[in-house]
Amino acid sequence: MSKAKFKNPVVKWIDHRLPIFSFMDHELNHYPTPKNLNYFWNFGSLAGIALVTMIITGIVLSMNYTAHVDYAFDSVERIMRDVNHGWLIRYIHMNGASFFFIVVYIHIFRGLYYGSYKAPRELLWILGVLILLLMMATAFMGYVLPWGQMSFWGATVITNLFSAIPLVGESIVTWLWGGFSVDNSTLNRFFSLHFVLPFVIVGVVILHLVALHRFGSNNPIGIDVKGTQDTLPFNPYYTIKDLFGLGVFLTIFAAAVFFFPNFMGHPDNYIEANPMVTPAHIVPEWYFLPFYAILRAIPDKLGGVLFMFGSIAVLFVIPWLDRSSVRSSQFRPIFKIFFWILLADCVLLGYLGAMPAEGIYVILSRIATAYYFFHFLILFPLLPYIEKTKPLPISISEPVLSGSSPASAFAFREKK
Amino acid sequence: MNAKPYWFKIKRFIIQSCTILSLFFSSQICFAAGEKITFPKLDWSFSGITGTFDRASQQRGLQVYKEVCAGCHGMRLLAYRNLKAIGYNDDEIKAFASENSVNTLNDDGEVVEREARPSDKFVSPYPNEQAARVANGGAYPPDLSLIVKARSDGANYLHALLTGYVDAPAEQKIPDGMYYNKYYPGKLIGMPQPLYEDGVEYSDGTKATPNQMAKDVTAFLAWAAEPEMEDRKRLGISVILFLLVLTLLSYLAMKQIWAPIKNR
Repeated sequence: MSKAKFKNPVVKWIDHRLPIFSFMDHELNHYPTPKNLNYFWNFGSLAGIALVTMIITGIVLSMNYTAHVDYAFDSVERIMRDVNHGWLIRYIHMNGASFFFIVVYIHIFRGLYYGSYKAPRELLWILGVLILLLMMATAFMGYVLPWGQMSFWGATVITNLFSAIPLVGESIVTWLWGGFSVDNSTLNRFFSLHFVLPFVIVGVVILHLVALHRFGSNNPIGIDVKGTQDTLPFNPYYTIKDLFGLGVFLTIFAAAVFFFPNFMGHPDNYIEANPMVTPAHIVPEWYFLPFYAILRAIPDKLGGVLFMFGSIAVLFVIPWLDRSSVRSSQFRPIFKIFFWILLADCVLLGYLGAMPAEGIYVILSRIATAYYFFHFLILFPLLPYIEKTKPLPISISEPVLSGSSPASAFAFREKK
Repeated sequence: MNAKPYWFKIKRFIIQSCTILSLFFSSQICFAAGEKITFPKLDWSFSGITGTFDRASQQRGLQVYKEVCAGCHGMRLLAYRNLKAIGYNDDEIKAFASENSVNTLNDDGEVVEREARPSDKFVSPYPNEQAARVANGGAYPPDLSLIVKARSDGANYLHALLTGYVDAPAEQKIPDGMYYNKYYPGKLIGMPQPLYEDGVEYSDGTKATPNQMAKDVTAFLAWAAEPEMEDRKRLGISVILFLLVLTLLSYLAMKQIWAPIKNR
């Protein structure tokens, strides 16, 4: 059993029968963590905190929300006006969704840069992509609940995508709606699913953590931990670093919630849903824009839908698409250049998703979409045959021992 | 096999595809339809992270709403009691509410009218959208409760719209029941010019120019859309100061904890 010694007799008694204290001591206190992690490793814990924040504020909101087409909009406004600090809870929830995606996107790109998806962490990565997919479904359905114009028309456009499926598409859309248009039954089921999916996410997050703790975190140089000289106990070194990161995150988050709460929203969602009036400009929330751009880049409806879902599906298999045994981009000079191109490509897709689908924007969307798939499907498997990787250090301790903290060690290596 | 249902399915698919595509490309149409309209940016007392509402301006704005806008536009999300926040006392609110009447049931179960109370929501001028449309030549005067939040750059847009009635260019055809407004998307609006010189008589002696009235009613509507704004900003400053101290302390603690590792 665990070597943990507890002084408190009650803790001792419980732990002997139900070793939760040993478990926490092992996974949160002594848990060996590479000593060279940089600030990009803060975003995993931040994502967890964002999820908990969303669940807590969401439960409070659901106590005051009415899932009915005639009352949904007004019940949200009642939260904003008459429920004590209801505006605060709602603005935290509303902006929390955006910040959750910001954090998760940084977390994903960190994984791509440092090769965190490679053996033996393939399942860890796949569970992460599954979390992303669940988040997208949850966020989409949550956006429908205030029953504003963008809620209604966003739901109409996105659910209609399924009608592109041959033969059964129409039936699937009717089944999703629970009727022949986006209506009360759609709102009700979206509320139900929006409530339950976050707990499914919690379940997958637990599996994600179990898979993480099997081999521990990857690290900026991407080589395996060789022994205790390469690691530090999680507490206090990374608890304090995560706390500092949380402080920075919360400060930026609070600035958005208190001073620019509607910056990332759309004004049209403060107009109650009206099936008879189509907004001039239907755009999804910003975190869906790159996928929306891919959807519109393909001139065929079914093709667009397939490419859009394909852009997520390809993420599931990248542990096997990338044939290089070197994890970190620091030792892969060509891969590193293409990483930044991919990042720029995704930002460009996001921009194009917000632009009208005409003229130059269509051509750019097609090029950007083509690059996205080229990067994963062609570059990943073929690059190792061309690329000459840099020699790997012998161990993690080496750069750390040369007199620098993990953070400055990172900066130091960047300069090199 | 009967070919008809098959063809019907194709037709339905084409129609639906067109609908979806038109939804996707509606933005394109919107962009193609007119040049981008820019409106003047005003210096509002409530903009910025420390901005607050100007009580006197809001009260004048309420007067403009009551005397000019309320004939056609409702504010159904606002209750009379909410007016306390812009500086009215209980008696004034009671008096203001009692100018309106609402339906209620008497002891015999009959629908009767009673005077509105402070707890009632603002009484809308029309019983429903249909009635509003019939009374306004088919146009629907939108509810103003959220109008500042429901338009991009709402306060500046609203002020511009209210002062944007100018003579139409000669080539512009104005259909019956439509009016020319240089700031309205598409330039043709169903609302006639609402604000004229001395349209209301301000009790505080402020000169009621259209520009002044537009500013005042916008200040009032900005509050109506975001009644929590002053509380929000005040709380935000405390929260951010707290977080900055917390972040600084955790930074110093982190430096201290990591020092032995760093200097090893």
